Amino acid sequence: MDSIPRGLKILDMITIVLFVIATAMVFFYAPTEAVMGPVQRVFYFHVAAGWVGMLSFLAAAIAGIIYLKTGKRKWDIFEVSAVEIGIVFSFINVVTGAIWARPIWNTWWTWDPRLTTATIMLLIYAAYLMLRAGIEDPDRRARFGAVYTILGFLSVPLTFFSARLFRTIHPIVIGTNQPGAEGAFDMTPRMLQTFLFSLVVFSFIFASLLWHRIRLGELQEKVEQLRLKINT
Amino acid sequence: MVYLLQEAPAQTFNYFLAGYVVIFGCMGLYLVSLVIRKRNLTQDLRVLEETS
Repeated sequence: MDSIPRGLKILDMITIVLFVIATAMVFFYAPTEAVMGPVQRVFYFHVAAGWVGMLSFLAAAIAGIIYLKTGKRKWDIFEVSAVEIGIVFSFINVVTGAIWARPIWNTWWTWDPRLTTATIMLLIYAAYLMLRAGIEDPDRRARFGAVYTILGFLSVPLTFFSARLFRTIHPIVIGTNQPGAEGAFDMTPRMLQTFLFSLVVFSFIFASLLWHRIRLGELQEKVEQLRLKINT
Repeated sequence: MVYLLQEAPAQTFNYFLAGYVVIFGCMGLYLVSLVIRKRNLTQDLRVLEETS
């Protein structure tokens, strides 16, 4: 495998520095929320992880469309890489949400529209990886993956807008909270700065991880092709 | 005097800690999985190149 490209090394270094700064801001710069206490600090990375999850699934759907148009395998690798990262961050989003909910809602879980749609979205993409693994023919696997990620993407806007369209207790960051929302709070300037900075930093993390995962996919492709060549 | 009557924030430090253990833990595990998979594939590639 080729050594890590200079661009990726620079991106990694910038990402690490930004992540350390974001963590310091969450722990020391943002004030403690007056009612919820320290657990409110989970909010910054909880939302940022949800953002990366949705961004990944959007990237995967776009890659799926491009694959169906061009038939180039690199877009299939891009797509599966984005989905994998999306699953990791959506999982973080759902689990940290449950941890926050325990002291604030007095329950780990409730079948609220936002929680339910977010979990269904996560399961849809987890199923994508499992179903994909069951298809041996690479072209069929790639076509299936492309169609699946395009259709699966329907779950993303549904999740995003669920807290706005349906009756929910989940607070929302952008827009007006519903009357029944529990755990909503007004952001101070420092909280807003930390929140927006976390979103930017997690976008860098996404870009960096995606690049690494694509390189891994290319290596996997190389190994598979060589194995096929030896066996025939 | 009103501030004297205000309640202190809820004691939720343990949940805060648990949240960040999950965040750093999952991200760390994913990074480790990338490193392990790359190492295994590099070894496979080396063996296959020697075989061919």
